[in-house]
Amino acid sequence: MKHLLSAADLSYEDAILVLDTAKQLAAATEQGVGKLPPLRGRTVVNLFYEDSTRTRISFEAAAKRLSADVINFSAKGSSVSKGESLKDTALTLEAMGADAVVIRHNSSGAPHRLANAGWISGGVVNAGDGTHEHPTQALLDAFTLRNHLRNGEGDLKGVNVTIVGDVLHSRVARSNVLLLNTLGAKVRLVAPPTLLPYGVEDWDCEVSYDLDASLEGSDAVMMLRVQRERMNAAYFPNAHEYSNRYGLNVTRMNRLSESAVVMHPGPMNRGMEISADVADSQRSVIVEQVANGVSVRMAVLYLILGGSESM
Amino acid sequence: MTSYVIKDVAILDGKSTDIVVKDGVIAEIGKGLTADQTVDGSGCIALPGLVDLHTHLREPGREDAETVLSGSRAAAMGGFTAVHAMANTNPVADTAGVVEQVWRLGQEAGLVDVRPVGAVTMGLEGTALAELGAMADSAAAVRVFSDDGKCVHDAALMRRALEYVKAFDGVVAQHAQEPRLTEGAQMNEGVISGKLGLAGWPAVAEEAIIARDVLLAHHVGSRLHVCHLSTAGSVEIIRWAKSRGINVTAEVTPHHLYFTDDVVESYDPIFKVNPPLRTKADVEAVRAGLADGTINIVATDHAPHPSEDKDCEWTAAAFGMNGLESALSVVYETMVQTGLMNWAAVADRMSVAPAQIGRVSTQGQPIEVGSPANLVIFDPRASQEVDARKTVSASRNTPYAGRTLPGKVVATFYRGKPTVLNGELNA
Repeated sequence: MKHLLSAADLSYEDAILVLDTAKQLAAATEQGVGKLPPLRGRTVVNLFYEDSTRTRISFEAAAKRLSADVINFSAKGSSVSKGESLKDTALTLEAMGADAVVIRHNSSGAPHRLANAGWISGGVVNAGDGTHEHPTQALLDAFTLRNHLRNGEGDLKGVNVTIVGDVLHSRVARSNVLLLNTLGAKVRLVAPPTLLPYGVEDWDCEVSYDLDASLEGSDAVMMLRVQRERMNAAYFPNAHEYSNRYGLNVTRMNRLSESAVVMHPGPMNRGMEISADVADSQRSVIVEQVANGVSVRMAVLYLILGGSESM
Repeated sequence: MTSYVIKDVAILDGKSTDIVVKDGVIAEIGKGLTADQTVDGSGCIALPGLVDLHTHLREPGREDAETVLSGSRAAAMGGFTAVHAMANTNPVADTAGVVEQVWRLGQEAGLVDVRPVGAVTMGLEGTALAELGAMADSAAAVRVFSDDGKCVHDAALMRRALEYVKAFDGVVAQHAQEPRLTEGAQMNEGVISGKLGLAGWPAVAEEAIIARDVLLAHHVGSRLHVCHLSTAGSVEIIRWAKSRGINVTAEVTPHHLYFTDDVVESYDPIFKVNPPLRTKADVEAVRAGLADGTINIVATDHAPHPSEDKDCEWTAAAFGMNGLESALSVVYETMVQTGLMNWAAVADRMSVAPAQIGRVSTQGQPIEVGSPANLVIFDPRASQEVDARKTVSASRNTPYAGRTLPGKVVATFYRGKPTVLNGELNA
């Protein structure tokens, strides 16, 4: 694995390898041995053009636990705010000897450009690009699902995952549809028609406009963040109506099967797409997703940087 | 003035013959002719000099991208003898002063007729008419008016512009793009935009404006020209309008004849253009429309940009592609080699019809004795791998870089003077 730009880059074998590696790394970390040595002397740059405290910290923790040197390069307070181009920033990072660049960018495809334009030689990890993809989020979601529904082993064959909300603008949804299919799960997208991408009927998933009709049979419900600003662009009338039709409240949650889990990539709008009671309920695995994020990102960095076999 | 004989060249689809160019006109056509200099035309096609109704020369304002001179050189290399310089310069070509400046720069370059296009509205802002009459009466004698890059989206203003230019036989060339449907748009709205997470530019945003404008043109009895038509639906609307006798003409760009939107999967902004590259069905429809005459002309929408505006992430990149140097080869590959058109049709779509729409009387004339000697000699047996570093244009943003295009311009004659000879610029 040279780069991780899209969840589509991962074959079935790749995806299982990442999840199994994450499991091993999580176990090693839990044994309390402190930092693991495999990426000692390697440099990982977190290049963040968007505010994203949780993803940046998650990648930073992952790299540090593998003993890599971490450089955080955020768009604010750096040369980027003075108008430096992505290319020049990339050339600078290359000159500084970055072995891997973790990039979050508001432009869809920016990680592809970084990886393929010939600006840098190191690996590139997409930490979220515009409304395109967020492959490590999909990996941590799969890892979480596997822990809960498959005892942390194998794939997700036969698991029914319902993804609800602003699919149109969601990089999380795109990556999840791709990866969950690779792992054998069945995906259903639920959203008002305005928040589904053009051509979604050609995607490898079911599509519904009706949340209530979609709860039964779901093994997991993943709620997507819906920005309140979207209602100004007439995607839906107002937050209240959205919440009534597409929000996950306790009544709806109680209709899920006993073993079903509730997920959210964060940050949540409590009271909008998810009620506080649901977010804090026993079924919610939202905090666990965050913890798993570090393990999965350790695995991705480890595999991309070709860490030595001695973990 | 040196006289030239082009030996053994086929005029359009005809048999090979010799053409003598002397004192700015075609002096003789026949076998065994001689002149001061000889150009070997064997195996080549002679077409009337190409006329581009849609060129961005960037001067004044963006001389780092192109100048009237560098754009004229690129045009000559592509076989053009006339180009229409779009109005979205800085300052905007919305006064007699600016259009006369561009016109004069074209005269000084002396490689093609540079016909300035005047803005429809002041500053391309879409709120008040520019001084259309003053531009028409100026030395530049503007006949084509366009806010290209922006749509004249206010229906009342569009109606008035269509009516007003009738006074001097002008035409409004509309950039058909409904602005609200295309806010932040990055590529064709379709399966691929959904997958790539790039904001979509739906076909309906073009088609809705074209439908409105043909009805407006009909209502006020004006002529309308539609720029860079790109969708199958637009072809249908133009076909319907023409069947109703509405006075509308339309253009398609070489890149909309050639590319489909799947090339955007590379996220390489070299393919970022407005209107965007469309689907295979759209490409087939615009090819068929060009072949049957529904679409009147090919226009390049040559849009040079400095490399920093393309060597970046997709959303930060500028819209537009170079087109002058590759246009004839692209039309040859997409329309002639496919059997959709013969050379007479190419001459019509790339020279005769655009000259008529732009009211350029000395261009687009038949290749016969007495006609102005505006000619392009094209070798269809040659082929060229496009190398962006070797463009004659001041900018390198050619989407064909690395691809092999068939055919090559061997010579271009502008008013009897060779601007290209032996495939090299002669200026």
